[in-house]
Amino acid sequence: MSNNFVTRTWNWIDNRIGFSDYIVPLMVHLVPDNARWWYIFGSATLCAFIVQVFTGVCLAMSYVPGGEETYQSLKYITDTAPLGSILRGMHYYGASAMVMMAVIHMVQVYMHATYKYPREMNWMSGVVLLFVVLGMAFTGQLLRWDANGVWSVTVAAEMAGRTPIIGPTLAHFILGGETVGGSTITRFFAMHVFIMPALIFAGIGLHMLLIMRHGISEMPDVNDPVDPETYKEAYEKRIHKTGVPFWPDAMWRDMIFSTLIVGVILGCSIFLGPPALDPPPNPSSINANPLPDWYFLWYFAVLSLLPPQLETWVILGVPTIGFIVLFFLPLISNKGHRAPSKRPWAGGTVIFGFVAFLVLTIYGYKKPWSPDFGVKELPASVVGTDHGPLAEGAKLMHIKGCLYCHDIGGYGGHRGPELTEIGKLLTRDDLIIRINNGGHNMPAFASSISDSELQLVVDFLLTRGVEKEPENPKSTTP
Amino acid sequence: MSDQQPPTDQPCCQLKRRTFLTRVSVILGTIIGFMIAIPGVGYVLAPIFRKPKHKWRTVGKLDDFKVGGFVLVQYEDPSPVIWAGVTAKAGAWIRRVSETEFIAFSINCRHLGCPVRWVDDPKLFMCPCHGGVYYEDGTVAAGPPPEPLYKLNVRISEGLVEIETEPTPLTLTTLT
Ligand code: FES
Repeated sequence: MSNNFVTRTWNWIDNRIGFSDYIVPLMVHLVPDNARWWYIFGSATLCAFIVQVFTGVCLAMSYVPGGEETYQSLKYITDTAPLGSILRGMHYYGASAMVMMAVIHMVQVYMHATYKYPREMNWMSGVVLLFVVLGMAFTGQLLRWDANGVWSVTVAAEMAGRTPIIGPTLAHFILGGETVGGSTITRFFAMHVFIMPALIFAGIGLHMLLIMRHGISEMPDVNDPVDPETYKEAYEKRIHKTGVPFWPDAMWRDMIFSTLIVGVILGCSIFLGPPALDPPPNPSSINANPLPDWYFLWYFAVLSLLPPQLETWVILGVPTIGFIVLFFLPLISNKGHRAPSKRPWAGGTVIFGFVAFLVLTIYGYKKPWSPDFGVKELPASVVGTDHGPLAEGAKLMHIKGCLYCHDIGGYGGHRGPELTEIGKLLTRDDLIIRINNGGHNMPAFASSISDSELQLVVDFLLTRGVEKEPENPKSTTP
Repeated sequence: MSDQQPPTDQPCCQLKRRTFLTRVSVILGTIIGFMIAIPGVGYVLAPIFRKPKHKWRTVGKLDDFKVGGFVLVQYEDPSPVIWAGVTAKAGAWIRRVSETEFIAFSINCRHLGCPVRWVDDPKLFMCPCHGGVYYEDGTVAAGPPPEPLYKLNVRISEGLVEIETEPTPLTLTTLT
């Protein structure tokens, strides 16, 4: 009886909203039975997005977009609000997960050439989505409105300012005025919370619609290259013969993987916590060390390693060309082989991209191009003594900032050449000239170092890498 | 459903009426769009075109500054919004060169805008981002910055040192 009541109630509702008519067919649509674990990344991206939407909405209940109150509200969320630190952590790691999953999903689709006929627009909408997701990641980094956030927005504005003709307008649009300040944060808030999420929702809608329209692709078959003339018909035929309903036959894998992803996000936020806040967002404070989040670090490294003449081209070119190449890829090649074994260039590109990303990211963390402001004085073990002129010279290396850029025996920055063995390579005169006049990427010190200081430094440097003179020099000369 | 063509045997006026109504709705739709969009777009773009007046901001008493190296000063930026709080601050490196002479630089590196630091002993400005270095007169000593540090105007008025506010200096491109 009660069972009957439930059934009747459900039937009433179902009849009105059309769940069985509209939603069920989508859930049980046929998918190739050979897709298996390859296809879990798209749904994992979606799942990470759901984490972002949910945690983002919750955070917005306490987040105040404006001035130093932003910082205070972030502090409140992190330190005081119940579960606030977990929520902030989830939003942070969720962003990483979303970027990562989106990229892996794209690589998988690229390797299997799923973007070929008739799924060109699936890919194109995905590329747009990827760029909006990166935009979300970037604006999100600035909403962490601490010293790093403030300086990152300055750098972003400077980069936009390099655009020919409209550069300054663009930069001032980003800043919401001529300087970083209160109107900058509110601007980024609106982009991060309203504009970009709306784009992502719309993009996901389109992306899914296209998936339904063209069906999930099969695993590539070496003997069956894509031919737009016959593909659709053959696909339909095959899928009706061998396909399985998406739910539950294929979906359980997505569910397992997404559970894992959300578990990792939650785990990280519990055990690692959200990223620490830098000092407050005071644009006049110089104690910041602007560094982007890890997914942009490679780009930061590229910009630092480039010769200056190329820089503007790269700043403007990499995002633009990257987008254009990716976006139009399926129009350039939309038929032919899909199997990775027949497309060695595709594999090579992915491997190259991955290695480049890895190497540049490691460089980004090491920042060998930056002076190391935190270097310590050279210890006596490296200097060889703790008193006398040699020790004084070594001390001056620290005081005059030489060690910010030069490494001696493992102590110092890496902006300039290592000086551990310099005594073997340069003569006294060479050294004096270099220090006084500077040279390729080295400032001239002539006006800021006295003669006696210079002598001490040079004396010290000349001992580097040179064996201590034997006790009795005469005995070595015949 | 909607792509059904009207029956061809309809009287002519019916067709004309449809064409007319189509046009009317397209035109009205456009008008609605503009009415909604113009205030909003104008509002969002306004900060680009509103050039705030440069203002003189006091950064300290004359006696606070000793002749010597650069010190960091803070002052309010030229056009703070009321909710800006500490983010309305701008910073500058200022140096008393002689009894009556001051020199001031914006803290923004001319490469990509990071905050440069004055290091007193070697008498250099150094940038933490990509290794830009400047001499004490603001000229580039090393690294990627294409231009010298941006100079700010300083004046002494009734025993107070004042700096003239400026927009964040952008390094504009020539694409060479
Ligand atoms: S921003 Fe100063 S060197 Fe790049």
